[in-house]
Amino acid sequence: MNWLTNFVRPKIQQLVRPKEVPDNLWIKCGACEQMIFHRELEKNLQVCTHCGHHMRLPVKKRLELLFDDGNYKRIELPKVAEDPLKFKDLKAYPARIKEARSKTGEHDAIIVAHGAMGGMDVVIAAFDFSYMGGSMGMAVGEGLVAAAELAIVQDAPLIVVPASGGARMQEGILSLMQMARTTVAVEKVKEHGLPYIVLLTDPTTGGVTASFAMLGDIHVSEPGATIGFAGARVIESTIRQKLPEGFQKAEYLRDHGMVDVVAKRHDLRKTLINILDLLRNRGPAGQVVPLRTRVAAE
Amino acid sequence: MNFLDFEKPIAEIEGKIEDLRHMGDGDGLNIAEEVARLQAKVEKRLRETYAKLTPWQKTQVARHPDRPHCSHYLAGLFEDFQPLAGDRSFADDSAILGGLARFRGRSVMVIGQEKGHDTETRMKHNFGMARPEGYRKARRLMEMADHFGLPVITLVDTAGAYPGIDAEERGQAEAIAKSIETCLGIRVPLISVVIGEGGSGGAIALATGNVVMMLEHSIYSVISPEGCAGILWRSGDQAQAAAEALRLTAQDLLRLKVIDEVIPEPLGGAHRARDAAIHTVGSAIERHLSALVTQDPGVLRARRRDKFLAMGRTGLE
Repeated sequence: MNWLTNFVRPKIQQLVRPKEVPDNLWIKCGACEQMIFHRELEKNLQVCTHCGHHMRLPVKKRLELLFDDGNYKRIELPKVAEDPLKFKDLKAYPARIKEARSKTGEHDAIIVAHGAMGGMDVVIAAFDFSYMGGSMGMAVGEGLVAAAELAIVQDAPLIVVPASGGARMQEGILSLMQMARTTVAVEKVKEHGLPYIVLLTDPTTGGVTASFAMLGDIHVSEPGATIGFAGARVIESTIRQKLPEGFQKAEYLRDHGMVDVVAKRHDLRKTLINILDLLRNRGPAGQVVPLRTRVAAE
Repeated sequence: MNFLDFEKPIAEIEGKIEDLRHMGDGDGLNIAEEVARLQAKVEKRLRETYAKLTPWQKTQVARHPDRPHCSHYLAGLFEDFQPLAGDRSFADDSAILGGLARFRGRSVMVIGQEKGHDTETRMKHNFGMARPEGYRKARRLMEMADHFGLPVITLVDTAGAYPGIDAEERGQAEAIAKSIETCLGIRVPLISVVIGEGGSGGAIALATGNVVMMLEHSIYSVISPEGCAGILWRSGDQAQAAAEALRLTAQDLLRLKVIDEVIPEPLGGAHRARDAAIHTVGSAIERHLSALVTQDPGVLRARRRDKFLAMGRTGLE
């Protein structure tokens, strides 16, 4: 560790293989196909600066975006049995788990965190789509149960942010059972009179949609997010018909009565805080002076 | 009688028996002996075959066109059945049948998926694949049962919820979610029996009972073997391997403690002796029902919820 290894060698390496860099600097928008400089895109919360298309936001960025000053505390989730079915696949399930873990640095596809939103204690359970497509197996079920319990203990609203292709096939019937399990978990939150809000993000499909994600007191979604039960390809191959424009998009669900609000990413925090304030009958966020009460409460 | 591929050798012997019977009349004694011998052979073959069905073969048995369907159980187990229709907001969905009935002297609500048995009835019942209005009807009937203190019996037999534009448009996911919620929330006994195919979300929507049972050769899975193979192997031809991997048999689910009991089927499957199969299911339901009706409504609900809340922490040892 000296000037040579720290400074000179990287410089030389940069000269030797300069190709790696340009690939990631410009990102093509999936909707309008315009190129956006990566810093611009990041600054704009992964929303296309040209057409406003909402690209997927990494889960940690999502949590930073929602909590006051981007501050939150994660809770450790109980461990569950791995590969409960000894699933036989082209690639062993434990190998897939290992790969997903090294790719994401996460234990499974859900993060449970608590912190303040508009000065109010809130628990958020957010899916990590980059971890096996955010699929719901036992660990994710465990995460949602833990999040619900934490919300009840803290007397705090629960916000769940699904981003998931549905149940995790490699855990078979045990994944299916998570639909019932998570339903009980969020019901308990509701029975305690605590707000249960679902923020539907791209994509929310399958068994995730058909359980806790459609049981919120209020459903908020991001523009253009795909939300549905059956996958578009399955529907097309079943009915042999072209799907209508905007099918299973957030706006389509709102128009058909399944989503309350479609809010732009930049307005999400404001929208959610306003909803929570109103549900819990607090004054407008501006009038709440959280500092003293928070100190007193602690 | 329809025969499955692996039943071919048995079908051949049975064909011979049939031929002999037609030849009959002349020298009766020898033929009777031969028939008896062949019948013993059939029975032996059936016993051997059905004792070691593979998960894929079980999938075929579970989907067997001659297998007793919901309507057969309604006719065979329930008296004074009064069908009830409609979700009170959009339509009636014939993929899910339901209504009030008397079961062994007791008023109950019975709800189940009906696949149909010929082209006409299959179309009418949409092959047992319900749309949102079907799940909303189920929910309505469960809430009614809850209101009047009637036990609920659900009979599960579906390839899955219907994947169609109209179904999505009217909120298939929400309808299933609410149906699960209602199953878990009612304060009356809920007994669920998977009689054929338990296809994913469309099945669990009716199946979170105090007691969940499966017929010996029925299946219950998060995805069909064909669907699973299509995703993981990119080829539906691998359905056999997928059926193995998914652990979708009644025996596997009992080991995983996802279900409470396996109801034995007559030799050679429920389709060979429908009445006997239906009768056995009736006895199993009655046994559990008479225990459940003595429980306090709050306890029934709490135990059901606790059971599903704890489900899926452990796997196969």
